[in-house]
Amino acid sequence: MIHFDNVTKTYPSQSRPALENVTIDVEKGEFVFLVGSSGAGKSTFLRLILKEEKPTDGKIHVAGKDLARLTNWKVPYLRRRIGCVFQDFRLLPNKNVYQNVAFALQVIGKPRRFIRKVVPEVVDLVGLEGKHDRMPHELSGGEQQRVAMARAFVNRPMILLADEPTGNIDPATSIGIMKVLDRINRTGTTVVMATHDAAIVDSMRKRVIELEYGKVVRDQSRGVYGQAY
Amino acid sequence: MRGQFLFQEIWTGLRRNLTMTVALVVVVAISLSLLGTGLLFVKQVDNTRTYWQGRVQLSIFLCTATSVSAQCKQTGPATQAQRDQILHDLTALRSQGVEQVYYESQAQAFARFKKDFAQDRSFASLVTQGEIPDSFQVKLRNAQADYNVVAGAVEGRPGVDNIVNVESILSNFYKLLDGARNAVIVVAIILVIAAILLVANTIRLSAFNRRRETSIMRLVGASNFYVQLPFLLEGVIAGLFGWLIAAGLLIAVKTLGLDTLQQYFPYNVRLSVADLVEVIVLAMVMGVVLCGVTSFLTLRRYLRA
Repeated sequence: MIHFDNVTKTYPSQSRPALENVTIDVEKGEFVFLVGSSGAGKSTFLRLILKEEKPTDGKIHVAGKDLARLTNWKVPYLRRRIGCVFQDFRLLPNKNVYQNVAFALQVIGKPRRFIRKVVPEVVDLVGLEGKHDRMPHELSGGEQQRVAMARAFVNRPMILLADEPTGNIDPATSIGIMKVLDRINRTGTTVVMATHDAAIVDSMRKRVIELEYGKVVRDQSRGVYGQAY
Repeated sequence: MRGQFLFQEIWTGLRRNLTMTVALVVVVAISLSLLGTGLLFVKQVDNTRTYWQGRVQLSIFLCTATSVSAQCKQTGPATQAQRDQILHDLTALRSQGVEQVYYESQAQAFARFKKDFAQDRSFASLVTQGEIPDSFQVKLRNAQADYNVVAGAVEGRPGVDNIVNVESILSNFYKLLDGARNAVIVVAIILVIAAILLVANTIRLSAFNRRRETSIMRLVGASNFYVQLPFLLEGVIAGLFGWLIAAGLLIAVKTLGLDTLQQYFPYNVRLSVADLVEVIVLAMVMGVVLCGVTSFLTLRRYLRA
């Protein structure tokens, strides 16, 4: 599903590459944790998958498509198959829960009947039944993140990317968030999650890829956060 | 993107940015009005020139019983003998620039007067046939050069009331209109530049105000076209509002301005409704193109792909 082949990415203003000779394969339906200290290259990795950045070197394939060959006007169609969740939620403050999730479908031209059917399903899936008309500022951090996940998932993407989704959330609520992610993963969605949250990584025992200064130093199925010496 | 959603986005955008939208509408309205007025002037001059194409350049009006000039009071209305003499002399001047001479009787002149002033019946009804003089209408080969020769030949004769140099009246009128047209168009171009800058700025501000929405739109996979479309249409719709105002102003310019000026001239060269419609449609096309293209180029620059 995601294939990085000797990928290097150096940002123009920096001397050290953000990612260096990274070769990673993620299969369909996998759940992958991307760990590493700040600046290790986790966000860069995710941005390259979305084609928000282009690699300085190497090849990237997402869902069988070579991103280098993807023309600029086709990039939106790639992004429709990828859902994104961020540490700062990125909700629209003057739309309620339903409208925030519906927005993702409206801007890609889905008909209203379709939206009215699908959005409530997904909002319930993330555990927010009955809160369709709450505004973001009326929700807790955990609930806001659930809205973001509903929005990311509503178009049934192949891949869900999460960039430190539990970063602004307390440990107890984070467990709920991870349960939702797990539920999404079980429907067949490939999940790649960049995180600092050691407790979560340790408790879920999924594949762990560790990045350090842009290089892959560990790739372990059923791994833990820290090195297991 | 569905119609209702699109409409909501556009409406939100226009409202959030209300002061700039109003400024945009006003500037577009004024610049289109001025451009349209310039065009109307051009058409008016063309109309006038066409009317006078091939008509007489020199009119020799003969004395009637009611003429008021000192000359006519002294010598009385023109006699047939005097008329024949004038005709003979004018015809003799064929070699010296007279191309054609023809006599217009009082009845013919009166009929022509009534036709020319058909739009203004109240004025026309004030005049009787006896008050319209008969005349010799002379067509010259070369209006400027031959005028003096021919006019000099019949000036001051008994029976001749006055000689009108139609060409000089007209050239003054043309100069006036050309001058007004040039002034109007210069101001209009300045305003069009202002309008372009204002559209660019308004769209940029609108896009900036909605950057949260647009970044999410882009994240979620909306195509570039759909991301830009609401802003593009904002610019075009504001431009269309400006055009509506300009259309109203242009109608006023034509009916209250140009048409009322006609009463000062003894002929009818009013612009038709078709002319006005043509200018208004042209203004709309220009307005839409101006706003659309400017919005599009601004968005391409500031709403990074």
